[in-house]
Amino acid sequence: MSDHFLTRIATLSDLDAIIALDEFRPDEEKPAYWQEIFNRYVMSDREDRIFLVAQVDAAVVGFIIGEVRAWEFGSPPCGWIFALAVSPQMREMSVGKRMFNEICDRWRKIGIKTVRTMTDRDNRLTLSFFRGMGLRSGRYIELEKQIV
Amino acid sequence: MKLNKASMFALMAVLELAGDPERQLSTGEIAAKYGISTHHLAKIMRDLVHNGVVSAVRGVGGGYRFAGNAQRTTLLDIIQLFESLDAETLVQYSSQVNEPVIKELQRIATEIDDLTKAVLDTITLETALKSALCERLNA
Repeated sequence: MSDHFLTRIATLSDLDAIIALDEFRPDEEKPAYWQEIFNRYVMSDREDRIFLVAQVDAAVVGFIIGEVRAWEFGSPPCGWIFALAVSPQMREMSVGKRMFNEICDRWRKIGIKTVRTMTDRDNRLTLSFFRGMGLRSGRYIELEKQIV
Repeated sequence: MKLNKASMFALMAVLELAGDPERQLSTGEIAAKYGISTHHLAKIMRDLVHNGVVSAVRGVGGGYRFAGNAQRTTLLDIIQLFESLDAETLVQYSSQVNEPVIKELQRIATEIDDLTKAVLDTITLETALKSALCERLNA
């Protein structure tokens, strides 16, 4: 890993790199989606909403986003990670781990004791990553139903 | 869910060996550490060698060494060498497979099976060893 690695709050100029790392959304939806995410998680300037990028030298190689949610379904405030990506070329180099630790440190400082996420059960890569960070099945079970 | 004895013994042996890939241990040493049958474990070790998970070291002081990749091998990878975790097939209990109650019971069995697999397939040997180490340090 380069000595020039850092995690920092995302800036507007990072959005192109972030869009390139986004593997899920259709291309035509990405600019509007990420601008909205940027506004909500960076421009709002709230310490419970965090949008971090990992930077190696001058390149953005990953991002992690989360927010504190309180009392949804009776759950005390907890940090929710809802997006995580690492450049395929930078995997298994602790980029995800460092971003995860950074977001947890920031939440810990404002009194958050639990971090939570949700991942597609077929997404072995991400599930294995979070398992490796110590996450386990929690008290809440996700249920769903097709309504059309 | 109840794993069979062979799967559990295999997990114990593989985790013990993966904790230090340079170290070689005999079946007797592993069996003694975990309080399990040497005879039963010997057969399991042969299966693990056959599948390339561990390698046998012959000669005086021989034993077994971990031969896999602890970052890539999941608990499910090991378990599936010894048993299938496919959902209970209710056909073996009832010939009325189109009966709605049987179909619903089959769906529930499949849901449980899917969740079990999702857990076991995403815990690597490295992750399990890390958690065990934390447990040991906190003890």
